Formats: sequence, C-alpha cells, structure tokens
Amino acid sequence: MDQSIPIFVIIPLAASFFISMVGGRIRGFGKTLSVLVFLCTLIIALSYLISGNHASMVYKIGGWEPVGNIPIGIYLLLDPFSGFMLIIINTMAFLATLYSVNYMTKYTGEKYFYTLFCIMVAGLNGVVLAGDLFNLYVFLEITVIASYALVAFGTEKEELEASFKYQILGGMATALILFSIGMIYWYTKTLNIADITKMLASSNDRMLIQFCELILIAGFGLKAAIMPFHGWLPDAHSSAPSPISAMLSGVVIKAAGLYVIFRLFFNMFEITWEISVLITAIGTLSMVVGVFLAIGQWDLKRLLAYHSISQMGYVIIGVGMGMMIVATSGNMALASLAITGGLFHLINHAVFKGLLFLNAGAIEYRLGTRDLNQMGGLFEKMPLTSGTSLAASMAISGIPPFNGFFSKLVIIVAAIQAKFYLLAALAVIVSIITLASFMKFQRYAFFNGQAEDYGKDGIREVPFFMSFAMVVMAVLCLALSLLMIPSVRESFLQPAVDALLGNNEYFMNLLNM
Amino acid sequence: MQGMSPIVKKVTQLVMGFIFVYGIYVITHGHLTPGGGFAGGAFLSGTFILLVLSFGSNILNLRREEEEASEIEGLAIFTFLLLAVVGFLIGMRVFFGNFLPKGQIGELISAGVIPLYNIAVGVEVGAALLTIFLALVIYKEEISK
Repeated sequence: MDQSIPIFVIIPLAASFFISMVGGRIRGFGKTLSVLVFLCTLIIALSYLISGNHASMVYKIGGWEPVGNIPIGIYLLLDPFSGFMLIIINTMAFLATLYSVNYMTKYTGEKYFYTLFCIMVAGLNGVVLAGDLFNLYVFLEITVIASYALVAFGTEKEELEASFKYQILGGMATALILFSIGMIYWYTKTLNIADITKMLASSNDRMLIQFCELILIAGFGLKAAIMPFHGWLPDAHSSAPSPISAMLSGVVIKAAGLYVIFRLFFNMFEITWEISVLITAIGTLSMVVGVFLAIGQWDLKRLLAYHSISQMGYVIIGVGMGMMIVATSGNMALASLAITGGLFHLINHAVFKGLLFLNAGAIEYRLGTRDLNQMGGLFEKMPLTSGTSLAASMAISGIPPFNGFFSKLVIIVAAIQAKFYLLAALAVIVSIITLASFMKFQRYAFFNGQAEDYGKDGIREVPFFMSFAMVVMAVLCLALSLLMIPSVRESFLQPAVDALLGNNEYFMNLLNM
Repeated sequence: MQGMSPIVKKVTQLVMGFIFVYGIYVITHGHLTPGGGFAGGAFLSGTFILLVLSFGSNILNLRREEEEASEIEGLAIFTFLLLAVVGFLIGMRVFFGNFLPKGQIGELISAGVIPLYNIAVGVEVGAALLTIFLALVIYKEEISK
C-alpha cells in the first residue's frame, strides 16, 4: 500500500496526456479511459479503507531522505483523513465520468473535456495527499485552473462570464494563499507541514501567526465559497456542464477548501479560541444566509448552488464546534462527536448534492431548460430521475432514513450537549427551510401536471449510463446511513476524526521517518 | 495573416538559426548552468513565433500547426511522466527516482536522469507556448473575418 500512494496522481495525469494525444483519433477513447482510470483509483482508495490499517503512510518522492531530521524532499502523506477524502473524490469522479458518457454527447470537443477532467482529479488527489504547503498550493492551482476551463466549457456568453468571475476571485484567493505561505516560509524557514508545526510550537510571535491564519482562512474560504467569499459559486456551479457542477459542488469546494482549512488548523497551527470562534461564525453565517438566498431561486442549478453554501455551513459548524471544545480543553469525546458530525455531513453532502446536480443535468438534457417554471409533470415521463431526485431531496432536507438526517442529527446533538443552543436551533430552522425549498423543486419539476405542453417530441427517461450513475448515488444516499452503526463508523469515519484530533500523530509520522 | 517587409524576413532568416541552437544549448545544459527546460523551451517557441510573425501564414496552415503543436506537447509531457514512472519501476523503486548513473559533476552527460527531464520540459514548454500563440492568432483571424 505504501508504494501505491503516488499512483493516485500518476494515473489520472497520464490518462489526461494520453487522451489529449490519442483522443481525437479514436472514437470514445477519452470516456472509456477516464472511466477505467477512476474505477482503478477508487479500488485502490477502497483497498486502503478495507485493509483496516489506520496508520499514516509517508511517501518520499525521488527517495530524498531527511537530512539531520530536516525534511528536504517532497513528501506525500496518506492518513485516514486523506483516505476519507480520496474515497469521496474518486467515487464522485467515477460516477461523474460515467454520467458524462451520455451527457457530453451534446457538446463538441469531448477530448478536451476528459483531458481537463482527469487533470482536475489528479490535482484534487494531490491536494489531499500533499505533505508540504508549496505542493499543496501547486496541486490546488492544477485543480482550479482545470476547473476554470471546465466551467467555461459551453463557451456561451453566460458560461464565459461565470468562468471569468471564478478566475478573478480564484486568482485573489491564490494570491492570498501564496502570500500567507510566503510569510510562513519566511518565519519558519521550512515548508513541510510537520516541520512548520515544530517551529511554530517553539515560537511566541502570536501576531504574525494569527495574521497568516486569517489570510489562509480568507484564501481557502474563497475556494470553499463560505459566506463572505461566496460570490463566484452560484454562477460557476450553474453554468458548468452538469457532471462538472456535481464535481465542483460535491468535491472541489470540499477538497480544495474545507479539507485544507481543517488539515492546517488542526494539524499545523495550534487551535486557538479566537480562530475557532471565527470559523464557527462564518460557518453559521453561510448556513443561514445561504438557505435564504436559495429559496427564492427559480433557476434549478442556482438553487442547488446556494444550497451548497448552506450545507457547507453545517460541515463547518460541526468541525468548528469541535475546535471550540478543543480550544477550551473541554470534553474530548464531545469534540470528537461534533467533528464526526461535520465529516459525516461532508461525505453525505458530496453524494446527495452530486446526485441533485446530475438530476438537474438529466432534466436539462431532455428539456433544454433550467427554469423551474417551464418544467412540470416529469414524474411520469422520467420516473428514474424523479425517484432519485426525491431520494436526494429527502436526504438534503434531513428526512429519515436518508443519510442527511443522521449527520444533521449528530451535529445538533453535539451542539446541545456542548450547550451551543443557538447553533442547534439555527441548524434545525435551516433544515426546515431547506425542506421547503426542495418541496418547491419537487412540485414544480415533477408534479405540476404540465406534461402535455412539451408536445410530441418525446420527453423520456435519460440514457443508460446517466440513469445508472444516478441510481448508484441514490443507493449511496441510503447506504451511507449505515455509518451510524458504531462498528461501521469505527472503521471508516472515526479514524479520520482521530487523525484530525491526534495532531501529534500526524506530526510524528512526517518527522520520524 | 500577412507577412512583413523583406527586411524583417531577411533578418529573421539570419537570426533564427542562432536562437534555435541557443535554445537547445540552454536546455541541454540545464543541469550545469542557469536556465534549463523552461527557459530553453521559451527560446524554441520564440523561433517559431518569429517565423509565423514575419512570413505570415494562412488560417488553414495555422490550424494544422496548432493541432500538431498540441500533440507534441502531449507527447512531451507524457514522456516526462514516463521517465518518472520508470524510476518507480526500476532502481530504487521510487516515483521520480534517479535511475541512471550520476557521472562526474560538471560533465555534459551527468546528473543521471535530470537532463532527460530537461529535454522533455523544453519540448513541452516550446510546444505549449507555440500553441497558445497560434490559438491567439487564429482567434484574431476569425474575428477579423
């Protein structure tokens, strides 16, 4: 297993270059290869999970050993939290490419689509594996530059505008992140995350560290589209082709934004009360404001995009509460419960929001519109799309037995036990408003009895691969509820939480090589 | 796209060979002197850009050249990755492993596999910059039509 860590980056990169060379000559080469590649990376990621080995593994690229206990090479690190993210990334990538097999036939330039898609996933895998700040930054740029191009893939006016906006704000985020990395490098003379932890532990310049922390929150907050930094998200997510919307919303904002925030603030910086309050506050703000922005939307994909902001808020308050408890050195079991809730909601959101975007894509594929007012009565015409979107809507609104219910329950229970009553109340209220807005989606899209207006041109169920990807995700929406069973949670979710909380272990693993 | 005056054409003919050879020098001495694949690749693409600018070209040729440049780019970066993977499979069995003999410091043939990486990067950067340039030229030709 130790040897297979760089494979997560190698195979998608090789596939993308191969597709750019050969894809134009052989029909269907791009889609076949990318589906196989993501199936392969998914299997490797799952084998790490099933092996039951929860130790962190370090991979030294080029075989550069540390000199005098100072790490000098590029190190990749796979620990349970990275493994958890890898599973999300590769599952979503596999299902999204499977869906694209039929969906992308309405676009030209398929070769470029799969090339960029593979580059994006290679970057995402790199972000979660990177063991030093600079490589994290490089992989982040690989991801977002590929996603700028993918957002603009339709090359209509609207898509180009969204992509341009995304590029400008993404560029600002990049500048902030690079500036902060530069400051940290200047102060600690090292880029390796574990080495920085060691240096920061022996420093007393709180002002400088806090300054870096704030800039990092702003930079990665822009990538994660949490509330004051969310301006690019609704445009970018609604204009991209649907599989890309599913990837952006399901994976990119999590792996490129939230993962890095959690990783750096738990494992690199010391958790302080101010920062954890700030993170929880912006999480609460996203959760509440996002849902109010969402409910008034009539463009289906914009509605879903605003809900991404709101649901990210749940993840952040779950983890933020855990940080606050750790900062006040409170009950560690409670902190662990809160973080479990946050990470559980993270994986759930990837699945149900990915599915909802794929449903939106299926409706757009047949109807050619995203306007809820022009839909209706699709329940009879597209039963699979309707059924799967009902499952996803119930999951996101928190209705048992779907996965969203359990993760929200864990977050709310943790909030009540930790005496954050306001957060618990807000979480419940936001969940109810979410339910209202998804009832609106269900009613206008599927049950409004307008079907005869579409004429005779045959609105029917989408092709096989699209339906298949949607059904698999709907099954996952139910199956992830199993993570509530203690023995399943112990083997999958709990190691990830422990990896975040046991910051010493991460640190030891990178240094004692 | 129109060509330029005979003076420009003649000067281009005179200097482009030197620029090209200098680009190759910078690439192949990347492990010994400042520069390397990226800088040398920029020289290589510079010669082609100079040719297109001074002699002009029609849109069909430009499109074909862009496709070829893009394919060469893919091939070069694939070679780079292949070299890294070869290090993964033989020798020390690490990704980006240096599996060739290191040789004497300061010799042209030394530093193991690094000159090969430099050559791959040089071709890649040359082809990539040329592709970008051609894409811009094609775009301009299309909107001026």
